[in-house]
Amino acid sequence: MSDTLPSREQPDSPAQKVPTAKEHDVALSTKHSPPAFEEGTETPEPAISLRYERLNTWYGAFQALHDVHMNVPQRQVMALIGPSGCGKSTLLRWTNRMNDTVPDARAEGVLQLDDLDILARSTDVVDLRRRVGMVFQKPNPFPKSIYDNVAFGPKLHLKIARHELDELVEWSLRKAAVWDEVKDRLHQPALSLSGGQQQRLCIARAIATGPEVLLMDEPCSALDPASTARIEDLIFELKQQYTIVIVTHNMQQASRVSDRTAFFYQGRVVEVGETTDIFTRPQKKETEDYVTGKFG
Amino acid sequence: MSRVPDQRPGQNATPQPISRRRNLDRYFVAFCIATASVSVAILVVLLTAIFVQGLPNLSWRFFTSPPSPDTTEAGIYPAVFGTIWVCSACAIFTLPIGVGTAILLEEFGPTSRAARVLHGFVQLNITNLAGVPSVVYGIIGLTAFVGMFGLFGSSSDPIFEVGVRYYDQFLSEGDRALLIPVSRKSSPETVVQEGLTALIGDHRFKVNVIGEGDPLPEDLSLRAVTLRSDAEPGRISRKSWYYLKLPFGRGVLAGALTLMLVVLPIVVVSTQEALRGVSDSLREAALGLGATRWQVVWNVTLPAATPGIMTGAILATCRAIGEAAPVLIIAGIVYIASTPGHLMDDYSVMPLQIYNWAQRPQKEFHALAASGIIILLAILLSFNAVAVLVRHRLQKSRS
Repeated sequence: MSDTLPSREQPDSPAQKVPTAKEHDVALSTKHSPPAFEEGTETPEPAISLRYERLNTWYGAFQALHDVHMNVPQRQVMALIGPSGCGKSTLLRWTNRMNDTVPDARAEGVLQLDDLDILARSTDVVDLRRRVGMVFQKPNPFPKSIYDNVAFGPKLHLKIARHELDELVEWSLRKAAVWDEVKDRLHQPALSLSGGQQQRLCIARAIATGPEVLLMDEPCSALDPASTARIEDLIFELKQQYTIVIVTHNMQQASRVSDRTAFFYQGRVVEVGETTDIFTRPQKKETEDYVTGKFG
Repeated sequence: MSRVPDQRPGQNATPQPISRRRNLDRYFVAFCIATASVSVAILVVLLTAIFVQGLPNLSWRFFTSPPSPDTTEAGIYPAVFGTIWVCSACAIFTLPIGVGTAILLEEFGPTSRAARVLHGFVQLNITNLAGVPSVVYGIIGLTAFVGMFGLFGSSSDPIFEVGVRYYDQFLSEGDRALLIPVSRKSSPETVVQEGLTALIGDHRFKVNVIGEGDPLPEDLSLRAVTLRSDAEPGRISRKSWYYLKLPFGRGVLAGALTLMLVVLPIVVVSTQEALRGVSDSLREAALGLGATRWQVVWNVTLPAATPGIMTGAILATCRAIGEAAPVLIIAGIVYIASTPGHLMDDYSVMPLQIYNWAQRPQKEFHALAASGIIILLAILLSFNAVAVLVRHRLQKSRS
């Protein structure tokens, strides 16, 4: 199936707003069929986890996203690339409704997590954010102990016994590949960790609430190359279980960690497809210029 | 596209003489040192004068005695405890209200037009409250808290009371005070008859009633609970520590609420600043984990802002301790020889006691005022020291 916009030549052409018949059929069929992907079975078309259709968003009078149309398949890594201010972070912040806190921010269109209409007024953002975890650009552990950082999310949502919480904390830290480094100092302040460890702690904190999707907003931009490599390995591990959307300014990172890549430019999705295609056979001139470093 | 010429403009201007600029620089530093010294000198003169006058009187006896017309016996004890009562009550009311207001203003950004109007109105009020002279608050406190706009009768005849018991007090034939519990609403005076139960101290006794001309019983313990049938009682009341009434009257509670009006802006503004200092990334981290706004505030923002809030609260308490004008209007200058026993009790505070002594013509009282000032300053300085310590620890834990 193809996720690229119908009009390939001119992003501003009116044809862009009308999906072709083929596009439409694909959208409908995935919408109504049960998730085709099951663990262990080889399926050529994994189920769609996140669906963006005709998504337009505004900050006040400024339109940040224009007609975004894109699907994120389950248990894959989707990389969002593009120059600063092109709307990648905005897309993430709408996916877990973090933009609710921004006055004057509004969105129209379809944004679905499985069958949940994310943008609906009736959607409970608290539950949504439990299902859609977020890792931020700068590591932002709470000024609490390492243990309390990971236990924070579960304690918000669950009445959980102490030993079970202990297990959950250990599992999350192991999953985030930081357990070995912190297991002897669980009750020391999280801020005493290095930047890379803090970021992995933040990932552990995010997966402790049991999300389906992980949103990562330039998770490595504040880290040194060694820590970056560890996080990338971790992303590779995590996609066995989670759908991951990662914003990155690092082309090599996008090509290394992601299955699919979307190129954003001035609030529009210029091109979206298999990462190898985007980087080796881009269909659009802007994409090619960007991934080869001619601008941006 | 035009090229920027290589020639920098202003090449023909005459240079300012370097020596003049240096001299001006020196004069400016000297001027700053001089102005700083003036304020220090004033403080030194003030403190010296106070210590010379006040130190001779300063003793444990001064700290533990009530005020007295005899200057050698006078002390500041009731005023110190009055201050503790009023300022503690003031802090208990001010902290939740002030912190809650600041949380509304800082954490819950207005989402609708109505909310925006409310936010603007509250913020405007806080800013204005900070600029109102404290004596004005005294007047507000007098009408709002002391008399409650006359809605609940007069403070000497309250419509609502809790924590008080009324007794008729008799002097028995054995010279003991007998208390007979009465409800306030009942007949004005107890009729002396057989079957009454009286209290002596905490013990209950049956009252032995004898006629007007009857001989006294021989037994002294019986005589202690014996009343003649024509005995005249006096109505007294016993108030427990939780005594409350409406309206509040000129007691501790009215004073504390009035001082609350004075210091509320300080607490709100300092809490707002403390909350603003908490990084937004922490809020987003908590929100991103699915925390509700309450959970964000309670688990993340408030703990991070606590040192700043504490500093503001301590500085606000210092202001309340030093405030004389509103208390003068609420409590007036009355002779208080004991510490307050409940929230409705009369009280005095240190600044009021100092004012009381300082306005008298005799020199000896002026010395007492100076001693009182030393104690007041010592308390304020120790509070400020705590505030500095808290702030210092905050900076250490943040870095």
